[in-house]
Amino acid sequence: MRLQDQLLFNLRSLSRQRFRTLMQLIAMAIGVFSVVLLTGLGEGGRQFVMAEFSVLGKDILIILPGRKETSGGMPPLTGGTRDITLQDAQALSRLRNVDGIAPLVVGKAEVNFSGRSKESLIIGANPEFFIMRHLRIQQGQGLLQIEIDQARPVCVIGPELKKELFAAQPALGKWLKMAGSRCRIVGILANSGTGLGFDMNNALIIPVASSMQLFDTQGLFRVMIDVHSLAGMNKLSKEVERVMQERHEGELDVTVITPASLLSAFDDILAVLTVAISAIGGISLFVAGVLIMNMTLISVSQRTAEIGLLKALGASSRQVRILFVSEALILCLAGAVLGILSAEVLLWLARQQFSDLLFIAPWWASALALIVALTCGLVFAWLPARRAANLPPVEALR
Amino acid sequence: MIQVNQVNKTFQLGDQPVHALNNIQLKISPGEYLSIMGPSGSGKSTLLNMLGLLDIPDDGEYWLQGCDGLALDTVPMDEEVRARYRRDHIGFVFQSYHLIPRLTAAENIELPLVLAGIPPDERKERLQPIIQRLGLEQRAGHLPNQLSGGQRQRVAIGRATIMRPKLLLADEPTGNLDSHSGAEVIELLEELNNDGITLIIVTHDMDLGDRAKRKIRMVDGEIVLDKSREQEPS
Repeated sequence: MRLQDQLLFNLRSLSRQRFRTLMQLIAMAIGVFSVVLLTGLGEGGRQFVMAEFSVLGKDILIILPGRKETSGGMPPLTGGTRDITLQDAQALSRLRNVDGIAPLVVGKAEVNFSGRSKESLIIGANPEFFIMRHLRIQQGQGLLQIEIDQARPVCVIGPELKKELFAAQPALGKWLKMAGSRCRIVGILANSGTGLGFDMNNALIIPVASSMQLFDTQGLFRVMIDVHSLAGMNKLSKEVERVMQERHEGELDVTVITPASLLSAFDDILAVLTVAISAIGGISLFVAGVLIMNMTLISVSQRTAEIGLLKALGASSRQVRILFVSEALILCLAGAVLGILSAEVLLWLARQQFSDLLFIAPWWASALALIVALTCGLVFAWLPARRAANLPPVEALR
Repeated sequence: MIQVNQVNKTFQLGDQPVHALNNIQLKISPGEYLSIMGPSGSGKSTLLNMLGLLDIPDDGEYWLQGCDGLALDTVPMDEEVRARYRRDHIGFVFQSYHLIPRLTAAENIELPLVLAGIPPDERKERLQPIIQRLGLEQRAGHLPNQLSGGQRQRVAIGRATIMRPKLLLADEPTGNLDSHSGAEVIELLEELNNDGITLIIVTHDMDLGDRAKRKIRMVDGEIVLDKSREQEPS
């Protein structure tokens, strides 16, 4: 049988049973659609989180108090973790391969200006923090370079916070009140979005010593170290641990992390998540495959007489098999293409709606969905088709 | 052309074995016109299916002459080879037509050519004279459900003969037709026989059966009567 004749025969058969064809088409399209759409959404989420983290440069070490270890022992009964102090930070800044060091204190406080108030994020930092976080100033200046343990009543505020408190009024040089202390606005940040959960647009940045007075604490929330060269990263990380252990009477009670390790940990988690989401889509694809099998089974049993006739007219078993399998394959291919197209359209709409989320289905998801769809169609059509083709013609005709 | 030796076929009907063909011995020459008659369950349809290679005997031999003139025993043949034999040498006409409903009359007639992989130009060439002969020029583009019973059976005959087989098998070809269209169909079949095709008809209809030049009567899977008109004292 010639290929064109065979395709024509298939198309006739598909267009004749419109309802059945439509149902199978929809089933397959939904299966493929869910795989492509879900992986696209998963990938978009992953890309978003990765972008959040990449706000930090790769050449930065972060030190936080406490040791995250699951050694299984009892937690210490006394004291808990020891604070990281400003003196610790100063000691770290004298290490080799350190370009700069940013001790951080983070808290929340109500900020007032002539009757208007806003609960806002207070970050105690130093000028190095601006460099490490790539913060830009739109008006005025950043924090001044002062001794790290000196408090000054100055602050830099985020653009959103400025808008909330001052609307269109000039803010530079004005005095803000917060929790019993005062500070003068010396600079306004340029719009920089969020990063690592800090909404810099709504933040208020003051010298770290001032923030320690404000929140009445000796301990730092984080210490960020700007590393001179990536090559020395691991060595420096060990050095930092050694220095901290020395200063904390032989006990290692800080955790040193690199954004790279953080990033890869998150990447792993999110990749697993994407795979899980794709698996959900895969299950729906499988269900679609089973549906195709059922439909083919029904179709084969409904058309047993036709199979008998084809065999009586001299069609070989192979020809009958090919006819039924190619019919299912055409259907699966059309369904899969329909599913991929509609998923892509939906992802495109999602991209229009959420411009900072990049929803793009990875090519392997579409390819995999297509392959699985065709394999399902092939296998699930092959079984009943083989059964039909092997029927003795006299029984099929009866 | 056909030589059947000691052919047996047994069905299991419930737990009762039915001897549908019992030691059948039959010889048919090219161009013969044969009717097979007998009561229901006498094995006449089984015999026809066996002759048409739709069914396989349990034992015995069935020699069928191919287009190369060489007779071969078809019983041990592979199913694929039998399919090719059916395609090239045998035409079937069924009581219930067995047309494919989604194909037009012309396409139904053309189907064996399509299955045989014959290119469209040649198909058209062979199709045209057959449609004319069947008187279906006005109906060629119609679907089977738009045709009368007689027209449908004529389409089926067209389909059975388009491969120019040597053997034409008809199982109750007039069973679903009124007497007028039945007579038309029989005339058509007899015309084909006059052109040289071997025609075997299975029927209940005595009048129809009597028209054949050779009559076979079956009872309980055995041939009880086999007489040719030529042998009859007239």
